[in-house]
This record gives sequence, C-alpha cells and structure tokens, in this order.
Amino acid sequence: MSSKKAWLETTYKQASERPARFSTVSDMEIDPLYTPEDAPGSYGEALANPGEYPYTRGVYGSMYRGRLWTMRQFAGFGLAEDTNARFHYLLKQGQDGLSTAFDMPTLMGYDADHERALGEVGREGVSVTSIHDMMRLFDKIPLDKVTTSMTVNCSASILLAMYLVVAERNGVPWDRVGGTIQNDMLKEYIAQKEWICPPSPALRIVTDMIEFCAKKVPRWHAVSISGYHIREAGSTAVQELAFTIADGLCYVEEAVKRGLDVDAFAQRLSFFWNLHNDFLEEVAKLRAGRRMWARLMKERFGAKSPRSMMLRTHAQTAGASLTAQQPINNVVRVAIQALAGVLGGVQSLHTNSMDETLALPTEQAVTVALRTQQIIAEETGVTNTIDPLGGSYAIEALTDRIEAEAMEYVRKIDEMGGMLKAVETGYPQREIAEAAFHYQRQLEKGEKTIVGVNRYSVPEEIPIDTLKIDPAIEERQVHRVRKMKRDRESASLKEALARVSAACRSGENLMEPICEAVRCEATVGEICDIFRAEFGVYTDPGWI
Amino acid sequence: MDEKRLRILVAKPGLDGHDRGAKIIARALRDGGFEVIYTGLHQTPEMIAEAAVQEDVDAIGLSVLSGAHMTLFPEVIRLLKERGADDIAVFGGGIIPDEDAAKLKRAGVREIFTPGASTEDIVKWVGENVSPRE
Repeated sequence: MSSKKAWLETTYKQASERPARFSTVSDMEIDPLYTPEDAPGSYGEALANPGEYPYTRGVYGSMYRGRLWTMRQFAGFGLAEDTNARFHYLLKQGQDGLSTAFDMPTLMGYDADHERALGEVGREGVSVTSIHDMMRLFDKIPLDKVTTSMTVNCSASILLAMYLVVAERNGVPWDRVGGTIQNDMLKEYIAQKEWICPPSPALRIVTDMIEFCAKKVPRWHAVSISGYHIREAGSTAVQELAFTIADGLCYVEEAVKRGLDVDAFAQRLSFFWNLHNDFLEEVAKLRAGRRMWARLMKERFGAKSPRSMMLRTHAQTAGASLTAQQPINNVVRVAIQALAGVLGGVQSLHTNSMDETLALPTEQAVTVALRTQQIIAEETGVTNTIDPLGGSYAIEALTDRIEAEAMEYVRKIDEMGGMLKAVETGYPQREIAEAAFHYQRQLEKGEKTIVGVNRYSVPEEIPIDTLKIDPAIEERQVHRVRKMKRDRESASLKEALARVSAACRSGENLMEPICEAVRCEATVGEICDIFRAEFGVYTDPGWI
Repeated sequence: MDEKRLRILVAKPGLDGHDRGAKIIARALRDGGFEVIYTGLHQTPEMIAEAAVQEDVDAIGLSVLSGAHMTLFPEVIRLLKERGADDIAVFGGGIIPDEDAAKLKRAGVREIFTPGASTEDIVKWVGENVSPRE
C-alpha cells in the first residue's frame, strides 16, 4: 500500500478532478482523502469513550440510548397570551422544553410604550414589559416540570427575575426551577449587537447572575455561551468555536475572581452552537469544542468535577443558511443540519422552520421542523450507537484541525488580555466581517453555491403562507402598559428602584434588588434606564 | 476622475442587530468607488435624516431585518422632506415582502433589494440611478 503522499502524487493525480475549489462552507480546504496518517492522536487521549475525559465522543455515558436530546423550539410573537397558546400547542405536540423569543424592545430594554418601540412591539418575539406579561406568558405552565430557555441578554437580569417571581407566585421554590438564560453579553458586542451598557459593566451583571444562580437557583443555567450568533454574523466554523470558547473562559475567570469555586458554578455553564450546511465540518466542530473546553477547564482552571469539564450544548440550525427563494428547500437543509447536530452529540436542539427567512414561522412550518427532529430520533436509527462517526479518518482529522486552529485564536486573544479587551478593540468583530465579506464574494463569483439563489433559480416562486403580525397588537400592548403604570402603587416602586441604583454603585449583587423591583411592578425599561444612568450607554463603533 | 464621487450613507434603523448585510453593502459600495459613511446600529429615523443632511450625502441605503420597515422607511422619507432634502435617493434592503416593497416604492423609496440580491447589482443600481445633489 502507498503512503497518502505517494497516493496523491500517483493514483489520485492520474484520475480526473473537477475544476472546483474543494473547501468547506468556511472555506477550509479539504484533502481528497484522509487516512490513519491524518489523525495520529492516541484513542485514550484524543477521544476516549463517551462520558470520559476529554468527552470528544460525548459528555454522557449512554448518550441518546439513555435519553434523547431535548426538542426545544424557539417561539414568541405578539402578546404574552399569543405565545402562551403556542407554548401549550408545542408541548401537546411532544416538545419537551420551552424556548422564549422576546421582541426587540424587550431585548433592548425598552417598554412597549417607549417611542423607540414603535413598529417593533410583538413583531420578532413576544412583548414583555412587566411582571403581568410574564404571568400571562407562563400561565398554566408547570415551572417545576418544564424547563424554559430564554433568549435575552442585556435585559436578561430582569427577565430572569420576572421568571423567578412567577415561580414564587405559583408556589414553586427557586431551587426547583430549571432552565437557561442566554445572557452571553460578550457575544452581543461580537455578533448579535443587542446591548445597553459598555462591555465592562455588562460583564459585571453577567457575573452577578452566575453568582446568584450558583447560590439561589442551582438548577438554572445562568449563561448560554453562544456561538450561534457569531456564525450567523458570518464567521467561519473555527471562529465560531474559538470566540465562543474565549467568551466562556472570560466568564469563568470573572466568576473565579469573585471568589467562587470553579466547581461550584462551571457545571451550570452551557453552550449554544450553530448547525450550518457543511456536514462534516459541523460534526467535527461539535466534537472539537467538547475536547477543547474539557482540556481548558482542567488545565487552566484546575476544575476537579467532571461536570465542570463537560461541554453541554443546545444547538440550532443555521437561520442564515435558509433562503427566501424556493423556501420549501429549507426543509431539506434543516434536516441535514439537524442530523449533523445529532451526530455531533448535542443535548438540545431547535430546528428552524422553512419560512423563517420571510417571517416568524406559521404553526404548520413549526410542526414540520419539530417532526424533522422526531424522524431523526425515531426513524433513522442514528441514535442506536454513540458517536457513530468517531474513528472516521476525515472526521478525526477535521476535529483535530478545527481544535488546533481555534486554539490559535484563543492564544491570540489571551495575548490581547482576554476577550473583554479583544471585544473593546473590535478584534473578533473585524475578523467576522472579513469572513462574511469573503463568503459573499465567493457566492457572487460562483465559487460557493446556494441552490435556488445563485444556481438552479427559477423566475416564478411558489408562494407559501407566512405569519402576519396584526399591527393592532402594538396598540393593545401600549394601552395595557400605560394603564398598568397609572394604576400601580408608586411609593414601594420608587424605593425598590432606588435600591437597584444603589446596588449598581455599591457593587452589591444586583439580582435580589431587581427581583424586588419586579415584584413592585417595575418595568424592563425602568430598570434598564437605571443601567443606562449608572453605567452609561454603549454605541456602535460602526466598524466595517 | 474629475467628477465628484457619490456619497452614500449606509444606515441601520431600528433595534435589531443584524448588521451583516449592511456591512457587506457598505464595503462593496466603497470598493465600487463611492464614498461610504456607515452609521452603525440602532439609529432612529431622526438620527439618519440628520446624518444625511450633515454629511451631505447623495443617497441613503437603509437596512432593516426586524419587520419594522413599514414604520421606519416612510419616517426617514418624511424627515428628509421636512429638512428640504427629499432629493436624497433612498433605497433599502432586508426581509421585505413584495407587497410591502410596492407600498414603500409608492411612498418614495427608490428601490428595494431583497435576499439574494448581489452586491454587484446594488453597486450597479447606485451608479446608474443616483446622481450628485445640486
């Protein structure tokens, strides 16, 4: 038998090759063949069995033979009662966890009646201004049984406080409440761009929440360290992995600086990956991420508990990969992306609906997306064996390479003084913009294909029905919020808000004062106004 | 080239943070030979109209992906009119359904680009449809 090098120079060279650039969607060049020469690590050190350090093959001993992943569809639109109805529908369809999408005003810390909320109330998610909305949103949902994920960042502290107050009012003690709040502010400056204050105070609020949850809400994941948005903003797979891990390292460092034992909180850090079109690259990324995190937690922070080293993750298929053209094709993309997630060993999964480039999904489109997961789980047989692609020369070589290239970025960010510093100078932001532009150029030159867009396009599209948000929703919510503000008791509210301001200044953990303000009917906007006043407002440097 | 280079304001109104498209367009327009000013995210229509007048631009490219385009685009047009600057060409892009695009054009938006439009098309459109302000 020939060596790989000799084979490439003889047998392969003599065979024909299409005139194409053989590279991943991230433009990582791929060899025609991978052999045992490409993945020389020892099994025990590089892979090990599932449930064993460094968890390359999966964090749990029995993976999907023990328990399938959590099927968790992100939902939210209109008024709280509209989304509550969707939640009940999804639970009835066999979904096992909730995931809440808030509208832009809620996400950016404005009340529905603020002038900046005009035209945006209930449009991209559900509108939540006060505890009353949160009570309606989770009406008749058993908070001790269902876990909830909330995608919210700069106003996360307030939404978590509201959720806890809802639990309290329903007689569910905080230590029985489980779920996740995204609360990953570093990636906001890097990619998703929802912020209020500058990075440094934002990081302080995140750390307050990690500390508070570790002590008071032990089943809650206080941060979901998210690569999803980094990828959506146009990063490569390696950048997604690298910047997200570097964000995670920054949160761990901050919490350790507070005096928390790493093993007291790290087990409640979870991750959130994007699942893009390049199948093998995505599987390799998920495996590389687990190994990197395990090694860094052990070597850098001296974590002792295996749970602190396990990278547990939610994943979502790539919204940016879906096309407005020939939208039914998106069903196929989502299925393949979701399969990559399952073969990559994720713990929880959201599959996008085919109509999401056009609008929020219809109930029918959401059902197809959920069914896609159920088909993978129960028809394809891929859950019978753990990490079935492990040991593939190509997968192992890609896993090694993605880890090595991501570690290169992590070292560069270390040299800059860590992710907070890197974000303040715009380093990851620029790297992503560069990658996004590179990909766009490749598309326009025809080096990369999007079926139905730059190839196989048709002049006439088959229209699909999309969800329309009734503009009257905004009016109703604004009216409701104004009435609530007129009717509430103002003395206790004032006092509670003053306590939040004082905590901003003194450095006292903000969570208890925020919970108290929420109980006194303080709104998202009012508490965020305190952040604006105490910590200042961040404006986009507008790096191109 | 003795002809004055066209000045384009690329603006991102609304609260959403989807700036991938706006940044790519800004860069492509710059590479296409125009002077480009990018406002950054989270601009109000007032901030955009003000910046357009202050910077003396010939055109404004608006990018919205939050679904709030029917509120934000006409407001920018109205504010330009108020400032006597309605000869600034306004074009836009984002997730904009055809029926909305038609309404926006009637309201004075010169062109709407939807997903799948290439940067080349947009650069070409600007070159052919935007002229320097008097």
